[in-house]
Amino acid sequence: MLFLIIFTPILAAILILVGAPARRTALLASLFVLALALLAFAVFDPSGRYPFQYVSTFPILPDWKLNFSVGLDGLSLVMVLLSAIVTVAAVWFTDKIENYERGFYACLLFISGGAIGAFASLDLFFFYAFHELALIPTFLLIGIWGSGNRSAAAWKITIYLAIGSFILLLGLILLYESIPAATRTFYIPDLKTAAAAIPPEAQRNIYLLLLVGFGILVSLFPFHSWAAEAYASAPAPAAMLHAGVLKKFGLYGLLRITIPLVPMGARYWTWLLVLLLLGNLIYIGHVTIAQKKLDWMLGYSSVMHMGYIFLGLASANLLGTTGAAVLMFAHGLSIALLFAIAGEVRKRTGTLDFEELGGLGQVMPFAGLAFGFGAFAAIGLPGLANFAGEIMIFFGAFGTGWEMNRFHQFQVATVLGLWGVVISAVYMLRAYRSVFMGTIADRCKGAVDLRTSLRIPVTLLIAATLWIGFYPQTMVQRIAPSPRSSFSATSPR
Amino acid sequence: MNSMIPWSILLVPLGSAAAITLFTRRSKAISSVISIAAVLTSFVLSCFLFHDPNLSAVQVNWIYFPEGFTVSLGLTLDDLSRTMLLVVTGVGSLIHIYSLGYMREEEGKSRYFAALSLFMFAMIGIVLANNFVMLFIFWELVGFTSYVLIGHWFDRDAAAEASKKAFLTNRVGDFGFMLGILMIWMPTRSIVFKDIAAAMPQLASSPGYLSVAALLIFCGAAAKSAQFPLHVWLPDAMEGPTPVSALIHAATMVAAGVYMLVRVAFIIQASPDALTIIAWIGTITALMAALIATQQNDIKRILAYSTLSQLGYMVMAIGLASNEAAMFHLFTHAFFKALLFLGAGSIIIMLHHEQDIWKMGGLARNLPITFLTFAIGALALIGCPPFSGFFSKDAILALAYEHNGLIFSVGLFTAFITAFYVTRLLVVVFFGKPRTTQAKASDEAPFVMTGPLIILAALSVLGGLGFFAERFLVLPHETEVNILVPALALIALLGGVAVAFAIYRDRDTERFDVALLRNRFYVDEFYSWLIDSTQETLARLSAFIDRWILDAGVVRGASGATWGAGALVRLIQVGNLQAYAFLFGLGIVLLIYFTVFH
Repeated sequence: MLFLIIFTPILAAILILVGAPARRTALLASLFVLALALLAFAVFDPSGRYPFQYVSTFPILPDWKLNFSVGLDGLSLVMVLLSAIVTVAAVWFTDKIENYERGFYACLLFISGGAIGAFASLDLFFFYAFHELALIPTFLLIGIWGSGNRSAAAWKITIYLAIGSFILLLGLILLYESIPAATRTFYIPDLKTAAAAIPPEAQRNIYLLLLVGFGILVSLFPFHSWAAEAYASAPAPAAMLHAGVLKKFGLYGLLRITIPLVPMGARYWTWLLVLLLLGNLIYIGHVTIAQKKLDWMLGYSSVMHMGYIFLGLASANLLGTTGAAVLMFAHGLSIALLFAIAGEVRKRTGTLDFEELGGLGQVMPFAGLAFGFGAFAAIGLPGLANFAGEIMIFFGAFGTGWEMNRFHQFQVATVLGLWGVVISAVYMLRAYRSVFMGTIADRCKGAVDLRTSLRIPVTLLIAATLWIGFYPQTMVQRIAPSPRSSFSATSPR
Repeated sequence: MNSMIPWSILLVPLGSAAAITLFTRRSKAISSVISIAAVLTSFVLSCFLFHDPNLSAVQVNWIYFPEGFTVSLGLTLDDLSRTMLLVVTGVGSLIHIYSLGYMREEEGKSRYFAALSLFMFAMIGIVLANNFVMLFIFWELVGFTSYVLIGHWFDRDAAAEASKKAFLTNRVGDFGFMLGILMIWMPTRSIVFKDIAAAMPQLASSPGYLSVAALLIFCGAAAKSAQFPLHVWLPDAMEGPTPVSALIHAATMVAAGVYMLVRVAFIIQASPDALTIIAWIGTITALMAALIATQQNDIKRILAYSTLSQLGYMVMAIGLASNEAAMFHLFTHAFFKALLFLGAGSIIIMLHHEQDIWKMGGLARNLPITFLTFAIGALALIGCPPFSGFFSKDAILALAYEHNGLIFSVGLFTAFITAFYVTRLLVVVFFGKPRTTQAKASDEAPFVMTGPLIILAALSVLGGLGFFAERFLVLPHETEVNILVPALALIALLGGVAVAFAIYRDRDTERFDVALLRNRFYVDEFYSWLIDSTQETLARLSAFIDRWILDAGVVRGASGATWGAGALVRLIQVGNLQAYAFLFGLGIVLLIYFTVFH
């Protein structure tokens, strides 16, 4: 089943390139993957007895113990489900493409297949390779079908993420080389015991490389400046897929590789990560407030919200990391929804400048409702998925290194993170007010609402958000066994 | 005995909101019927629950870690919550019905009723929550529904601004609230009220820590109940439809802050410092709002400031460590303030959305039912015996008299001001001659609107009388029956009425112009300045750094080096991006191959 989930998008992309009807094939393939992902989620055994499920392995280079091996634990299961959902939405939101339509759909499916493959890989080599496979079509989508200053934006994201991937690769190689030769393996589940032999000093170096490498991919402050510009120039489906899914690869890597394999390095550099994530939360938060265009604002907001996920990771306990995983899922849904609606607004009004927009809710009530859902999800309204993740992160982080009467770094970070919730409400509500509420702007008068068929992907995203928002336990019980193997108790220290 | 009733009370309105949003957005009549049926069901079930104290409800794990962190959804069914449920669903039902008349020509009627149902769901959730996180969930949800309903006429700029302001102010309060929850959670290792109460010794071991935590919790209540200095959103919230002002911004949601403080009183009362600060914040709010109300001309804003002021009295009672007095006033206030707002609503709708009291006048003749009921509400508000407000306000004043002479004097003076501005309102709106043609031609509201007025008027009369109130509440009992306090209160009351009557009888324009009060002590202006000079400056500065230093300087500089590499690639004579990307991928693969396999 997992093979089908991974290779259906890739196969469909190839079929499209050789001549299958582009939109129909892409939609069918992504719906099929979604159905399978839901099935995988439903029959997944959350008891924790089988950490990796749906495992299958093909030997590639037996001498090097290199296998193509895939499998899902709770964490990757959730990420695969997220990819499947967002892919359906992104494909559905793809409008008529003027030039080289096949290429566009193929790129989307390659991103999707690559992301799913990376999340499902149990092998370090393919974990990395699948991500590269997904990254390249992202550059193409921005460079060819983007808007505004697209070639500059495409170059910037290409160079930036290439450097990130390169540093990451160095880190992975260093990690591999640091393991005693006898136990070297690419198989991630076995790596954990093997990596225990890495001395602390080496762990520190490896961790730093991996943190910066993965960090660049996730727009960790101060390596974030590719993000907003790329998302503003990218066509909406590309922004949805990258911000919603592919960007989570870096976080997933930190959760899957870095924290379990070099825990001593992680502990050593905690202060640095806390400092940087506060850059995401507070500094980027203020940058977001100052934005004057909706797409830039959304791009920066997604950079800012990475700070919460980093906070969960940094707290290095069961509660925080599980919360981080839930928030990864939730953020993927909400940012995809927001970019989708922003794209529709741009299509109709030709601008995303706050000054020129206003009162769109009167002519586009459904878009207004959908954007409202996305915005309130993003700012952590209870009942929507993001809140469930954030609350676990806050409890997890606040409890880390807690002492009565003295606030340490994590308590201070939690306080600032809570203030970040106020900051995000400021920019989201301002944007919502100036785009959808108030007197209607001239440019908005002729805008028509989303066509009826687009209500399906919107409903899909909202339904998933509501589901996790109302009953997060379905997800929590599946994810928790994964970090539980790394952290024994609620608070490690 | 486990029963479905408690959960049904909570979930029926949610079902109504969902059904309206999903299915009946186009048919306004059906939407309103669903919403009203839902709230009536909740009310009837609440009555059952009230009569059968043995009912209990199952608990659901919302987030559960066997290692020791659980957020459960469980219901508290004690006297406090069961009484509060009656008030919330009862007043809610009346206002739902009244809305039929008020919103009859409204385009977005389905949206309105869906939001109203969602509000009932959230508010009932606050009342029933048995732990802090669940309370917080519904707490934020009422804030959200309040946002939606204030901004109901979202095409109006004023409404759009007001809804945003309300939500953001509440977010600031919730920042403190959540932090307080976290601070209480760590030492007690629990978020469930019952378990925290049992673990209070751990908290009380550090009085400073406890005081900070208690005040942070109060911070949430201060935003929701619009206490100084987080009061600024409530007057602006009057941009919403008047039934919303009555239900959310007078009778129920704003009282949720007080209700929450009563619910967690065991924490707050463990810290004398926190109590003193809370009492003074309530006192300051009561006085300040009453003073501002004397110089307002919009009928809804006058009532909004009176709400602030009365909430101040309740918070004062909390600070004086009397849950009973606070709840008693909350209870009577819910009736008479809902009544006043609904009365104002029927005036506003009959005068075609006129809210300036100086454009009314002489309405007693044209709107007799509205006048009579409004007058009852006004008398209850100023604390005139034997109306309900007299008893509940007397209880708070007596409490203040026992504990703190200064707070008592301010409270008494506020009572005088209250009598003054309420009389001004009554005289200007209902007496004298109509000042506009609209006021002259006005007519009584339809029965769906006056019916709820009559019921609420009856409750405003009965609500304070011992034989009635005792069925629902534990009334505050005074240690010694003191005739001095009610006598002084009565003198203040008569003084206020007499002065206002003397000044405003037969006047067509405002006599005084006190800029400080008219401009609400310039608090809004101060906040605009504060936000602009801190947050906005910081935002602009950060954006500047991000664009011109971090991006332009560092990144462009670094990418300059990479451009050199790009030029290298160009030597191979491939100019398009696909080729670069392909080469890039190829390079990575080669790199892996050479480093790992050789």
